[in-house]
Amino acid sequence: MFAENDVGLQTTEKTVAMTFPAAGGGCSAGSCGSSLAQMDALSDAVRAKVVDHPCYSEDAHHYFARMHAAVAPACNIQCHYCNRKYDCANESRPGVVSEVLTPEQAVKKTLAVAAAIPQMSVLGIAGPGDPLANPQRTFATFRQLAEKAPDIKLCVSTNGLALPECVDELARHNIEHVTITINCVDPDIGARIYPWIFWKNRRVRGRAAAAVLIEQQQKGLEMLVARGILVKVNSVLIPGVNDEHLKEVSRIVKAKGAFLHNVMPLIAEAEHGTFYGVMGQRSPTAQELKSVQDACEGNMNMMRHCRQCRADAVGLLGEDRGAEFTLEKVEAMEIDHEAALARRLAFREQARAELDAKRARAHANPPGAQVISLHRPLRKPAGRAVLMAVATKGSGLINEHFGYAREFLLYEVTESGARMVGHRRTDKYCGGSETCGDEDSRIERIIRALDGCEVVLCARIGYEPWSRLETAGIKPDAEHAMEPIEEAVMAVWRRLLAAGKLSSPRASGRYA
Amino acid sequence: MALKIITGCVNCWACEPVCPNGAVFAAKPHFLIDAGKCGECLGDYDEPQCAAICPIESVIVDTLGNALNPSGSLTGIPPERWADVQTEISAR
Repeated sequence: MFAENDVGLQTTEKTVAMTFPAAGGGCSAGSCGSSLAQMDALSDAVRAKVVDHPCYSEDAHHYFARMHAAVAPACNIQCHYCNRKYDCANESRPGVVSEVLTPEQAVKKTLAVAAAIPQMSVLGIAGPGDPLANPQRTFATFRQLAEKAPDIKLCVSTNGLALPECVDELARHNIEHVTITINCVDPDIGARIYPWIFWKNRRVRGRAAAAVLIEQQQKGLEMLVARGILVKVNSVLIPGVNDEHLKEVSRIVKAKGAFLHNVMPLIAEAEHGTFYGVMGQRSPTAQELKSVQDACEGNMNMMRHCRQCRADAVGLLGEDRGAEFTLEKVEAMEIDHEAALARRLAFREQARAELDAKRARAHANPPGAQVISLHRPLRKPAGRAVLMAVATKGSGLINEHFGYAREFLLYEVTESGARMVGHRRTDKYCGGSETCGDEDSRIERIIRALDGCEVVLCARIGYEPWSRLETAGIKPDAEHAMEPIEEAVMAVWRRLLAAGKLSSPRASGRYA
Repeated sequence: MALKIITGCVNCWACEPVCPNGAVFAAKPHFLIDAGKCGECLGDYDEPQCAAICPIESVIVDTLGNALNPSGSLTGIPPERWADVQTEISAR
């Protein structure tokens, strides 16, 4: 599938090659370095599994779309960040849906989405409760979809309590990706996150509940890995509860063979009615999140592009087209399924070719090849790391107008490459950004969201936001419109370096 | 004697499969319990199964109208705190 092998770049006399070990060996499976390095570190078999899964590959998420079928309303545990009462079309967070579907309705909707959005490659079941607490509904959906749209990957996201008893059936349905939410491996910490579980016909509370849940999660993880199913671990970062502990979680799940770790920020607002929201537990800052992700990265591949989507999300990560596919609208659609399948296959071929070309370019002209080794710097790096924000609407290009961007992707750029380190939303978790607040407060909110960034790259930007950004010390850049993100941010970084702006730590305040 | 589901139920389906007597059924606007089939799980389990898995406080009641999961018992949020927060939110 890819032209390059797993070894990376050739060594020449003057070039110290960046070599990336195969998965499982050496420098923690390519968890350091650029996105390219992460993909290079995978075996061909694993790369084939993640190449078009937007939640398992950062590269793929620029191209491929997913949808969540909300067929699983029941849950077998309670988490302090969840409130089962909520159902709001304007809120975007896990556990929230507009309508619960039967398996038959879900299949119909999935086929409609897959016909309208050729980028669609994955159907996930993630709630609004726990998919494995609704095994009949979940597996009925998988069974019918495997028959009617065999090209769509199926995946599932679970709290893990019922996982061990479901592993065989997951394997039978050819599920290649399972996400387990693991917030702790210590029952004392778990007791502060989970008030109760339903276990063996009883409601079990407190530390005993957390102990059972943790044991089931770990057992399920081991069983999945033993069957060659890729496991992503999601962890909710809860300041003061599990922030220090997540490094331990990361170390343990990595040792057991989890593929990817996704540390997500707690979402807690009083109006959500969750325990944490009502009791005043705060969410982490973007900086706190990044520092925990960085600390875990020594152990593990980290997912930095998660958007914490709804349990009925539709589209590319970061967009939600669910409103286009309500049951009523789906019923009225006339669909040519064969033509739709052909469009999807054509899209996939094109996207993979683009990804291949991007990788080939990156290998032909590696950012740091002339100077250094990634792991053992022979000398002091030429310039410091720069955090840049990017406005994109997909395909890995800088192709979004500043004013239209609902989110910015964040890249940390150094001489050895660019890597995505997160995203910042410009709207609130409850949508409707167009209607709430005037333009003035919107630009202020964006500037606050871009805290720590020195450059923002976009396709176009108006004069007014341009000058507001400059005053705030963030340099707007529209010179790289329609260029691939990683190449553009590297070009900007090199220009800053050539201008002598990266030799000292960033001056606070205005951009020089 | 039989349990009853009242307003507030969010139709999450959790109780339906765990009832040993098949007494719980989907209905509008919310799930209901067939009083003729419900034995409150006596003789089957230590706890009535619907009430043991239900995530919503105060929506399953006994024949006297007492909630099996009173306010605050499942979320851990003290009811007075919840009342304060709601007042605060509606004042915004």
